[in-house]
Amino acid sequence: MSKAIRTLLLSMIAPALVLVSGGVSASGASVDVHVDIDLGNQAALQRGARTFVNYCVSCHSAKYMRYSRMAADIGLNEELVEANMVFTGRKVTDHMLVAFDPEDAKRWLGQAPPDLTLVARSRGPDWIYAYLTSFHRDADRPWGVNNPIQPGTTMPAVLSGLQGEQEMDADGHLHSVSEGKLSEAEFNDLVKDLVSFLVYVGEPAKLVRGSLGVKVILFLMVFTLLAYLMKREYWKDVH
Amino acid sequence: MVARLKQIACGLIDWIDARFPMTKWWNEHLAQYYAPKNFNFWYFFGSLALLVLVNQILTGIFLTMNYKPSEADAFASVEYIMRDVSWGWLVRYMHSVGASLFFVVIYLHMFRGLIYGSYKNPRELLWLFGMVIYLLLMAEAFMGYLLPWGQMSFWGAQVIINLFGAIPFGIGDALTIWIRGDFAVGDPTLNRFFALHVAAIPLLLVALVFFHIIALHEVGSNNPDGIEIKKNKGPDGIPLDGIPFHPYYTVKDIFGTGMFLILFALIVFFAPEMTGKFLEPDNFVAADAMVTPEHIAPLWYFAPFYAILRAVPDKLMGVMAMGGAIGVMFLLPWLDRSKVRSIRYRGPLTKIAVTLFVISFLVLGALGTMPAGDVETLIARVCSVIYFGFFLLMPIYTSIENTLPEPDRVTMK
Repeated sequence: MSKAIRTLLLSMIAPALVLVSGGVSASGASVDVHVDIDLGNQAALQRGARTFVNYCVSCHSAKYMRYSRMAADIGLNEELVEANMVFTGRKVTDHMLVAFDPEDAKRWLGQAPPDLTLVARSRGPDWIYAYLTSFHRDADRPWGVNNPIQPGTTMPAVLSGLQGEQEMDADGHLHSVSEGKLSEAEFNDLVKDLVSFLVYVGEPAKLVRGSLGVKVILFLMVFTLLAYLMKREYWKDVH
Repeated sequence: MVARLKQIACGLIDWIDARFPMTKWWNEHLAQYYAPKNFNFWYFFGSLALLVLVNQILTGIFLTMNYKPSEADAFASVEYIMRDVSWGWLVRYMHSVGASLFFVVIYLHMFRGLIYGSYKNPRELLWLFGMVIYLLLMAEAFMGYLLPWGQMSFWGAQVIINLFGAIPFGIGDALTIWIRGDFAVGDPTLNRFFALHVAAIPLLLVALVFFHIIALHEVGSNNPDGIEIKKNKGPDGIPLDGIPFHPYYTVKDIFGTGMFLILFALIVFFAPEMTGKFLEPDNFVAADAMVTPEHIAPLWYFAPFYAILRAVPDKLMGVMAMGGAIGVMFLLPWLDRSKVRSIRYRGPLTKIAVTLFVISFLVLGALGTMPAGDVETLIARVCSVIYFGFFLLMPIYTSIENTLPEPDRVTMK
């Protein structure tokens, strides 16, 4: 019987392996940075939320995400969130919408800034991290900046006050040309926290599904063991 | 007290049996349905397919309660389910992961039939019912995939429906408009796919699964040795190598169910996107007719057939090859001329052919999800030839090879 179990396991895992190995990389365009996201770090999520409402929500919505849900999930008080984080004249129970009309945004920027609720699921955290750290001077662009991760981007370098400015040399390497308010390490941490927050916003259930999954699988293992013992008992007389 | 309760219970059963064949059906299909005692692990996948079907129907009903099939609301309503509906994320992942695992289970179930010759006389109709179920399942999955209304939903549907446009004499274009209900995939397409996905096809599926099981119980199950257990009956008329389905295979299938659910839970809770294979990154962007994704690929379970389609240079011929790749499977019972059923007693030609077929199917599946370059197209062409060769040369290699003698009684390997 143990042979049968082994074969059964293999037969189920083998197709899964084929699925994982074949095909192209899942998280959109390939970038050569990797950012480790730890959604268990609540302080990082809170810092990311602060950066998001200070720097992003004025132009980008997260239209499927409610402030109140965010407050409950990352350990913030609703009154404090309404007083300190909801800048757009809305209630804490509202979705994270932008203050201005998307048509205006289109006129000002060439295209409306995309909604960011699911950006971590469509682009992947590595892409967002690379994008936000790679703005550099480019006199040919309307905002004076470009980005190798998304060439011709219409987004201005909103974090350059923190990061300082970068230039790209002929080999495509970025180097700093002016200092921002933060050191390089501090800035990278800030972006990492922001990316963590976006990963959470992309899938709030991610905070709970792992721990629930452990319980479900422990239950199923006990269930399957009992089922196996029952099967063995019934099959004693079959030769 | 106990005796009294037992008396009431028996009375109730008698009352029902006088009006409905409850005990009769229980015996015919479970307690006195004699299955060969030598089923191996490949025989788990029939009952698992039934389990996944029930999972899809139940989770689908709950999704329907909050999903809105309109161009304006569909994408947002899925995110609403993922965020604001209690346990909505779990139900949605059970449905989306269940869809992919349905195909994993069905492909393994079909492979079992293939290697043990379960489609051969007298089980041809059983195989045909199964093939219709497989076709319906593909239609069900294709239409269901449009409903989240993401970029891959939209463009995948656009590409597949446009394949019908390859039909000549002006029929193709008219047909694509008729299917979509519009000049492009849009609100009417979404509405009708929703209707077909939640009502029409599930009804047909359940009916066909019923016929599939009735046909199975009429002819009896095949087994890994491919010999008829009904040839050796005891004095009581019960096959010597048969055991009652209940309790023997019910308890065994409960164990198989447990193993399957562990795998299912691992994916649902820890990798519901399956690295983009079950839920594609591009499908987290709402459908946009103005922005074509760089790389449009079908989900993995259609990938082998998509690879065959792309391997043929001409569009119409490609569509015919793709249809033929599925259609030829219907003919399997009549292509196989071997005297024995099971691969255990066949000659080396069949064993080599099956091995090549499995490799070509897996390679085509991998290629179908990738962008097609020159090398990929060449490999896809070689694999397509092997795929069709496996079926079309079957009458030859199964009839000329020497088979091994079959045992009289089943073996417990």
